[in-house]
Amino acid sequence: MIVAAARPLFLRPFPGRVTLFTGLLLVGLMVLAALLAPWLAPYDPVFQDGNARLAAPGAGHLLGTDNFGRDVLSRVIWAARVDLQIAFLGVAFPFVIGTVIGTVAGYFGGVVDAILMRIIDVVLAFPYLVLIIAIIAILGPGLQSFYISLALVGWVSYARLIRSQILILKSADFVLAARSLGYSHSRIMFRHLLPNALVNSIVFAMSDMVLVLLGGASISFLGLGVQPPTAEWGIMVAEGQGFITQAWWMTTFPGIAILILSFGFSLIADGLGEKLGVRE
Amino acid sequence: MHRYRFVLFRPLQFLPVLFGISVITFVLVRLIPGDPARMLLGTRATASALERIRAQYGLDEPIWVQYLYFLKNLSAGEMGRSIVFKTDVLKLIATRIEPTLVLVTGSVLLAILIAVPMATIASRQRGRMPDQAVRVVSTLGLGTPPFWLALMLMIVFSVKLDLFPVSGYGRTLSEKATHMVLPCLTIALSLSAVLTRSLRASLIAQITSDQATAARARGLSEGAVFWRHVMPNAIVPTLNLLAVNIGWLIGGTVIVESVFAIPGMGQLLIRGIFSRDYMVVQGVAMCFAVATVLVNFLADILTVAADPRVKL
Repeated sequence: MIVAAARPLFLRPFPGRVTLFTGLLLVGLMVLAALLAPWLAPYDPVFQDGNARLAAPGAGHLLGTDNFGRDVLSRVIWAARVDLQIAFLGVAFPFVIGTVIGTVAGYFGGVVDAILMRIIDVVLAFPYLVLIIAIIAILGPGLQSFYISLALVGWVSYARLIRSQILILKSADFVLAARSLGYSHSRIMFRHLLPNALVNSIVFAMSDMVLVLLGGASISFLGLGVQPPTAEWGIMVAEGQGFITQAWWMTTFPGIAILILSFGFSLIADGLGEKLGVRE
Repeated sequence: MHRYRFVLFRPLQFLPVLFGISVITFVLVRLIPGDPARMLLGTRATASALERIRAQYGLDEPIWVQYLYFLKNLSAGEMGRSIVFKTDVLKLIATRIEPTLVLVTGSVLLAILIAVPMATIASRQRGRMPDQAVRVVSTLGLGTPPFWLALMLMIVFSVKLDLFPVSGYGRTLSEKATHMVLPCLTIALSLSAVLTRSLRASLIAQITSDQATAARARGLSEGAVFWRHVMPNAIVPTLNLLAVNIGWLIGGTVIVESVFAIPGMGQLLIRGIFSRDYMVVQGVAMCFAVATVLVNFLADILTVAADPRVKL
């Protein structure tokens, strides 16, 4: 125990640390690729080389080229920017909205809470992707519509999660202490209760990134999200769909990129969950 | 039988949810930019014809009256007409149910067939190599984009090995069966990842439970304890998880039907969106939502039937 204590804090063994650090490594590599895209990518992601259409992976183009002669590797690297943005923003909006609504509802209870729970029931009755697709249909295709639809639909899970935590915590002694000191409701809610209730939501947010990333890529694959010629993994797979007999690399590599990133997010979620003792 | 009393009362609790579903789908369609009367008649319609259509469909009434009309039509099984297919939306959906139902049931069965052995191995070899391997595989499965997996299976099994047709649904029973193998496999591989993780966790909890220890004390072999006492108890929460995930499963069928060109409800939804056939979008979304509510109700009944301690 003394030996372990002498190590720096982040190196001390804890359950799930291999999982957590592997996940951080994978996501970190993706973030790095996104940041360094202009220097890492060997070609311009939208440059069309008419002489190298559907070139197989090889010396000139490591991962081959697509039907317009664009370098697949460069597009995969540049797409990391778009897909990471999808995962982070797509989780951030629902997280913030849901957490605020759930905290307030759980803290005050009563009619507002009851109505809120019914709304959550109704939203959850719709298949997630179907509702998102329907909202995008109204707003028009595009990434912005995707974020709006996610904010409209995704907050319910976060609200439900935080609400259940607040319900458990609000009868705790420290809340009573804060109240007897005459603190305002908003101070008790957001400075005393919320920090204690957030753990589960943060772990859930990490696993939600997988869902949102796959959702965003799927929406783009269907032609309702990111629009060409922007490089995005889901679109790249869609563009390769018509060429699966001649050019397997067009579909294969962008998909592997999605898989690596979502695997990284899953590992972080698992590792954090194990470390913090959160059960799914 | 009093345990099953909730079967009578639960549908009453569904009423607010069904009401909410109808409000959301109604609002969604009304939010669409553009004049529905013009959409129905086309750009060359005369002003008087537009006026007549508006009066006929109640479009000149206040919004809440329009909603009541919508409910009245709905109760008569009337969901409007498809502009593209020129038929009743409900009839259109009816012709599309079969492929989707086959896809969902096929992939659920396949997913269980994959998940049970995986979770069995993982839980009985807990912490050792097979467990770690199952964990990595199921985590990868969770993160695999279904549209990509579909194309990968297509490249390997249809293009390279020529074992299954690339896409479509077919007419005869055997044709349909061969067409559905890869689509079902696509969803099953993702779904089995979710099921494996859940089943492994509840198997581990059951292996160390008192009733398993009691069975061992009675001299039962470890295999007998596992299959007769551990598995039946562990599988109930996992089957319940299946019901919770039905919405996710439907989302998967939407994508997979689009990739494999299967004429199901999901493909109808996507086509409806691209052709701005909003009555179809409304109808399909509503059917999916009602199906989700129904499946969860069925899961409640099954849970009570499987476990006498549960009271709902």
